[in-house]
Amino acid sequence: MSAVNYAETELQDARSRVHLEGHPVHPLPVPERALQYRESILAGIIPHEAELTAGVTITPGQSYGFFTDTSLCIGCKACEVACKEWNNLPADEIGLTGQSYDNTGRLSALTWRHVEFIEQPGRATSMPAFQSHWLMMSDVCKHCANAGCLEACPTGALFRTEFDTVVVQQDVCNGCGYCVPSCPFGVIETNKLDGKAHKCTLCYDRLKGGLEPACAKSCPTNSIQFGPLDDLTRRAEQRVKDLHALGVDNAYLYGTRGGPGATGGIGRLNAFFLLLDRPEAYNLPAAPTLPSTRVRSGLLAGLATMAGLTLAAVAAFAAGRRDR
Amino acid sequence: MGLREFLADWSIPRQLAGQDASREAAESAASRLTRPRLEEADRVGTSICPYCAVGCAQLVYAKGDQVIHIEGDPRSPINQGTLCPKGAATFGWLTSPQRLTTVKYRAPYSDHWEDRPLDWAMDRIAHLMKRTRDETFVERLPDGMVVNHTLGMAELGGATLDDEENYLIKKLCNAGLGMVWIENQARI
Amino acid sequence: MPSLGATFGRGAATTAQWDLANADCVTIMGSNMAENHPIAFRFVLEAKARGATVIHADPRFTRTSALADIYAPVRPGSDIAFLGGVINYILERDLWFREYVLNYTNIASIIQPDFQDTEDLDGLFSGWDESKQGYKADSWQYRAETLPSSLENHGILSGESYSEKVGVMISKPVPKDPSLQDPYCVYQIMRRHYARYTPEMVERVTGCPKETFLKVCEALTKNSGREKTGAWCYAVGWTHHTTGVQTIRGAAIIQALLGNIGRPGGGILALRGHSSIQGSTDVPTLYNLLPGYLPQPHARKGFRDLDSYVREESANFGWWHNMSKYIVSLLRAWYGPDTTRGTAGGYGYDWIPKIVGDQSQLPMMLAIQDKLIRGLLVMGQNPVIGGHNTHAIRMSLPNLEWMVVRETFENELASYWYKSPEVHRGELDPHQIQTEIFLLPGSLPGEKEGTFTNTQRLLQWHDKVVEGPADCRSDLWFMYHLGKRLKELYKDSTDPRDAPIQHLTWDYPTAGPNQEPSAEAVLKEINGYTLADGKPVSGYVDLKDDGSTACGVWIYSGVYPEEGKNLARGRTPDPPGKVGSHQGWGYAWPHNRRIMYNRASADPDGKPWSEAKKYLWWDAEHSRWTGYDSPDFELGKAPDYEPDWSKDPQGMEALDGKSPFIMMGDGKSWLFVPAGLKDGPLPTHYEPVESPVANPMYGQQDNPAAKKWPRPENPYHLVSDPRYPYVITTYRLTEHHSGGIPTRMVPSTAELQPEGFAEIPPELAGELGIKTLDWVVLSTARGEIETKALVTERLRPFDVDGKRVYQVGLPWHFGWQGYATGDIANVLTSIVGDPNTTIHEGKAFTGNLRKGRLNGMRP
Repeated sequence: MSAVNYAETELQDARSRVHLEGHPVHPLPVPERALQYRESILAGIIPHEAELTAGVTITPGQSYGFFTDTSLCIGCKACEVACKEWNNLPADEIGLTGQSYDNTGRLSALTWRHVEFIEQPGRATSMPAFQSHWLMMSDVCKHCANAGCLEACPTGALFRTEFDTVVVQQDVCNGCGYCVPSCPFGVIETNKLDGKAHKCTLCYDRLKGGLEPACAKSCPTNSIQFGPLDDLTRRAEQRVKDLHALGVDNAYLYGTRGGPGATGGIGRLNAFFLLLDRPEAYNLPAAPTLPSTRVRSGLLAGLATMAGLTLAAVAAFAAGRRDR
Repeated sequence: MGLREFLADWSIPRQLAGQDASREAAESAASRLTRPRLEEADRVGTSICPYCAVGCAQLVYAKGDQVIHIEGDPRSPINQGTLCPKGAATFGWLTSPQRLTTVKYRAPYSDHWEDRPLDWAMDRIAHLMKRTRDETFVERLPDGMVVNHTLGMAELGGATLDDEENYLIKKLCNAGLGMVWIENQARI
Repeated sequence: MPSLGATFGRGAATTAQWDLANADCVTIMGSNMAENHPIAFRFVLEAKARGATVIHADPRFTRTSALADIYAPVRPGSDIAFLGGVINYILERDLWFREYVLNYTNIASIIQPDFQDTEDLDGLFSGWDESKQGYKADSWQYRAETLPSSLENHGILSGESYSEKVGVMISKPVPKDPSLQDPYCVYQIMRRHYARYTPEMVERVTGCPKETFLKVCEALTKNSGREKTGAWCYAVGWTHHTTGVQTIRGAAIIQALLGNIGRPGGGILALRGHSSIQGSTDVPTLYNLLPGYLPQPHARKGFRDLDSYVREESANFGWWHNMSKYIVSLLRAWYGPDTTRGTAGGYGYDWIPKIVGDQSQLPMMLAIQDKLIRGLLVMGQNPVIGGHNTHAIRMSLPNLEWMVVRETFENELASYWYKSPEVHRGELDPHQIQTEIFLLPGSLPGEKEGTFTNTQRLLQWHDKVVEGPADCRSDLWFMYHLGKRLKELYKDSTDPRDAPIQHLTWDYPTAGPNQEPSAEAVLKEINGYTLADGKPVSGYVDLKDDGSTACGVWIYSGVYPEEGKNLARGRTPDPPGKVGSHQGWGYAWPHNRRIMYNRASADPDGKPWSEAKKYLWWDAEHSRWTGYDSPDFELGKAPDYEPDWSKDPQGMEALDGKSPFIMMGDGKSWLFVPAGLKDGPLPTHYEPVESPVANPMYGQQDNPAAKKWPRPENPYHLVSDPRYPYVITTYRLTEHHSGGIPTRMVPSTAELQPEGFAEIPPELAGELGIKTLDWVVLSTARGEIETKALVTERLRPFDVDGKRVYQVGLPWHFGWQGYATGDIANVLTSIVGDPNTTIHEGKAFTGNLRKGRLNGMRP
């Protein structure tokens, strides 16, 4: 028997290949720190596990969020399951909807991740790079910078955490329901079982323990990415550039500051998206607005901004289509 | 709850002390205390996902004799912490209230299950296997060829089981008892 | 997987999943990888991010297609026409990797002069025996080989063992024509055979537009050669056909011609569906194999003892020459130290039961119907859902005297006697069913320890973290304690027929409150040990045929090389900066090789083909092979080694330094398979057994050697039967697992796909007045089911030879148990099989569709 003789050749040698700069798929080499845990049975949780799974050291006081890159989504719904298993959420309205492979239907008090399926007409055989003809998007609470639900909450149940996420505190919520109509995205909902408001917490408990949120950790293709908002935004912008370079002109960001989705006084979405079709195609509002903004004096200006942005998004999308 | 805790928890004094009304000042006791339940684990074992053959590694978190959660193992070069929808439901499978936990027995011509002790069932199964083997064992074909087999009983399944389990199935059923109808999911 | 075995030597995935990231082109065909192997698909997307082209060829536009660069629609059951077209494109445009192919394949080997091709015989090869419905393969042999073929000798055996696949009969150097001019050299035969597989023919037979097909060919050929490699992935979309083995052979030929085997970013990845389905083939709970692909002795082969078994089943040349060491060590592991060379045919050889025919799952179900089988033990399988023609199965189960089901939930098999549609319809009555049924709760990984072997041959240990609940036990516990009881029942017998169970070694240490046997002790026996001192052997090279070693599964030998050292439990991945064969993570058979046949990653002289694709190379200074993986070659055999034929070389001595396929008798990859397959040496397009069209390519309609069991309860549809005009194809969904029990019982997965459904193209739905969510009835001559309609453009009609062919898609996970329910798709399928593997044809059969519901009781 012979021992394997490893040649000390660097990875780059074997992979001297095109490498898109902002390519978002998991770095294939397992992070160095994983080598510190070689035992099969561990005494407990791996500290700061998010460093291994997302390359992120979670620190209170920083802003965190999700970048959901629909161009990588395979519609597997691992996010939905991981969320329910972690948060102990029961099944919700079981039944076949007939809407492609979406039998979840919508976000609700019991469903905090929801994968949309959009079948596009036509039967192409040659596709633009990445997702096409069957769009899939994992939707989630947007954790808005200026959150309508939080503004509307009279009890202080909704609060902004040390991670700049928006969470309903179940020990405070009295179930008044004011938050429900205040969400421009229709995310938050009260639950018939306990009468209280529920939605994605961006795994508040996990963040406190240095763990990546369950959905993002589970996501097989890194369509859902978790991290500090500024990093995520940079990565997302690079991804859009890369996709444009590959001819996917209809890729754009929804929810970054100044972009579609971040209109009407919302500022920005801590959970933002890379989309490949108009927002409405994904059941997302083209120009969401905070309820409070609607009555402000700057209403008209706000509307004008929002309309402009929406038109820009639609134009960009239409241009992409034509070019294909 | 003592007065001190009550005051510490009540948001008005904290807002007066300069905290943001929607941030720290609004933080409740539950929020302050919340931690991921994985931290309660006193034993974390490495497992392999029981569904398909990709072979994703999982970490099984246990507290005492209870599994409290299962997630992807970030060290695995295959899944690096990720799991598919099935793998992500492994915890739901292990801890399902629908799981069988006792031996069910259905007597000939009966229309219902009965609970029976495991030991009794094992004895009965061994007895039936011996009976069938003894009734159907063939040592030689008419042409004199030694076959030492029984065609009277069959084993089905193995692709979801461990290698060691497959080994004992083949060893006992085939090499020990002479069974030749031994098959698994590899052909479906 | 006899196709990969027949082409390369070992019937398993040639590469590791993570290596897909290194590919320049990934072709997924016969697989819906994004849905059924999402985590493996990560590496496809990684390759894509680095610039690779991703191709998906499939009848349905799936979640995999949505992420591909090219989607090629292919009519169900026409894959060989497509692959043959690719082979034709490569050969006729001279795009094959000449230096690789000339050195590493049998392209120059010369075949018998009486060989006749399907071109000569309208779809048949020479040697067809109509009365036996099988081939006599003498004329497919290499020139100058006069030994009879294995098929002639072996009757109805399926060719899954090494010996049948790898040419045991080669006994001298194979005659070759390196100029490739001899009309009977493999190159010329292949050119003639594939001449009619033109792009126009591909479009006519498969329905795939010619332009799309050509785009696939361009992508494949552009991304191969010295600097680039491409990989192929397949799954049950290819195996579930009566032409399954030959379909996979098509891809194997393409990969060999393009020089993509044994190289990083290359290979063929078989994506398998159960956690240890590779393990249960290696450590076979299969009728025709002993552990490590040793053939199960067959009564019709006439071996009288161990010596004659070894003589016939081992090989003169190549690694398989060592086979006697593996069978003797296996007998030593099973029957213990008290036997001798003289005991019962040799170390107890006689006690190994002999098979007498096809005893696989499909005929097993018929044998239950025929009351041949009286008792059934089922462990973690649900044949009432996953079997075929399952109404017939349910109607025959009452013939059993006893049935034992080991499961984690009450599944459909365990509950058929009081919950099945047949009971509701009054066709079965519990009060008339004699069977004594035991339903025993099983434990799961996390509650038991042991190894799974994954789809890339990787053994990975899972720890026991807690005890299973109440009476839940591992299957190891069940088998061990059942064995204890049986040994006790037989211990006083003096009947010689009881000798095997009496001699069977069965002493495994137990521990804990439930007396759990030690899985590690079993793994040690699998690894092998020296009988004298009980110490583990370091690997299969230590095994002997003199009776001094015992080994349960020779290909796994090395996984437990020292006492207390369990390499399957290795949790050390490569650090960043390494190439990434992850030698410290688990243990891959054989010999921890992550990419098999990796000698081929170097050129004939032992140098890497290119810097970009460097993997293994000859280190002349130290006279050894080195690189990023465990070499799949003799470590010190130089590239310029030549056998000395004057000295009658045996085994590995007979293979030169340019023979990467060491399991093969000639060391080469077999483009043309002279022995070991039952349905021909080259893949040929046949229609599925049930097809709406006549074979557009040959007079021979379907695979002549396909296994058929025409019985009243198992009728087949005739070609173009107007009563069954549509093609039905069955498949899995990402949200459910196989027979569905684990996912239908768990709410978080059940709600994702909560009911059965059929996918229907809008054109057909329009003709029949069907809208989404309408109830529809699907029928075949085997049975009828009702389900809900999902009308979608993702399914398309195909225009085949001028005729419009509609396909209907049907997920098969559903049953009556759990939160997600539906009628059982496999009521519709028939019992029919591939000639080599007896795998059914659930991917392409005919049936009818109408709007409405079944009459009477809801099944």
